Amino acid sequence: MAKASQSATVQSSALRRPAEAGRAFSARGVELVALPPAHRISLRAPAGSVAELSKALGLTLPQKPKTSASKGTRTALWLGPDEWLVFDDGAKDPLNDCAGVAALHSAVGISHRNIAASVTGPGAARTVNAGCPQDLSLALFPVGGCSRTILGKAEIVLLRTGDEAFRVECWRSFSDYVLTFLTEGARDAAV
Amino acid sequence: MLLIRCPYCEEDRPELEFRNAGEAHIARSANMAAISDDEFEKFFFIRTNPKGVIFERWRHVHGCGRFFNGARDTVTDRFLTVYKAGEPKPDLSTLASSAPAAYANRPPDQLNAKKTAAKRTATKKKGEA
Ligand SMILES: [Zn+2]
Repeated sequence: MAKASQSATVQSSALRRPAEAGRAFSARGVELVALPPAHRISLRAPAGSVAELSKALGLTLPQKPKTSASKGTRTALWLGPDEWLVFDDGAKDPLNDCAGVAALHSAVGISHRNIAASVTGPGAARTVNAGCPQDLSLALFPVGGCSRTILGKAEIVLLRTGDEAFRVECWRSFSDYVLTFLTEGARDAAV
Repeated sequence: MLLIRCPYCEEDRPELEFRNAGEAHIARSANMAAISDDEFEKFFFIRTNPKGVIFERWRHVHGCGRFFNGARDTVTDRFLTVYKAGEPKPDLSTLASSAPAAYANRPPDQLNAKKTAAKRTATKKKGEA
């Protein structure tokens, strides 16, 4: 018993500190906030496995380019013809849900590979456009639209969560660069 | 910035999302060890590098990640068409001519020029003096 409490003390001394935790910036018309950790998987599967995986994940995996599907705290983003990013801001890890699926697929846990930031406000699109060359008008990039793209020199996954709201996912090794870039973008967008 | 159409994303996307992957439709020998040095040289090193339409592989590396093929005019950078990997080489005669775009990329004083470049320069100098 004493041993167990000792090891618990040791564990708590190694706190997980997510990259960019607590980072935020606000300018006139733009709010930039590093989002809390989330469960994430990189999912790859042929068309024949999509139905079974959708059932296990509890949402219909989108099959049209640049579209996403959401249910509760979980969102699946179409990244390519056989590739999805699934993240869950809640307690349930989508990786566990895929574990029981017999149909051919590859689900890789990447919860700690990515960090996410939200960019909101009337200047949100201009902030992202500071380094992302895609057309972010609502006609071409509607709410729920998503795409892997670039921001400056770093690859990001962009999801439009509202008319004036984006979620930016990036690799954690690029996170300082991406958040700094977005901060500068927000500064410019506010002018 | 060039806009390149990705046949998988079904959309024109900025060129920064793409990476060129060399000439397309280069047939790889099924038995590499059996081919002669000359044949290997042709396969491995020799490319057409045309002034005009070239068939190329492209990868939508910062997008869907897929390789696809495209026909591009190397003079104007205009894409005549893009098609999915594995699809047959399209017949160029069925595609629109790239000539107008080629002209559009020239400075206005050279459009539909009847004289040679040397003569044009000479005329210009006279006019200026
Ligand atoms: Zn694509």
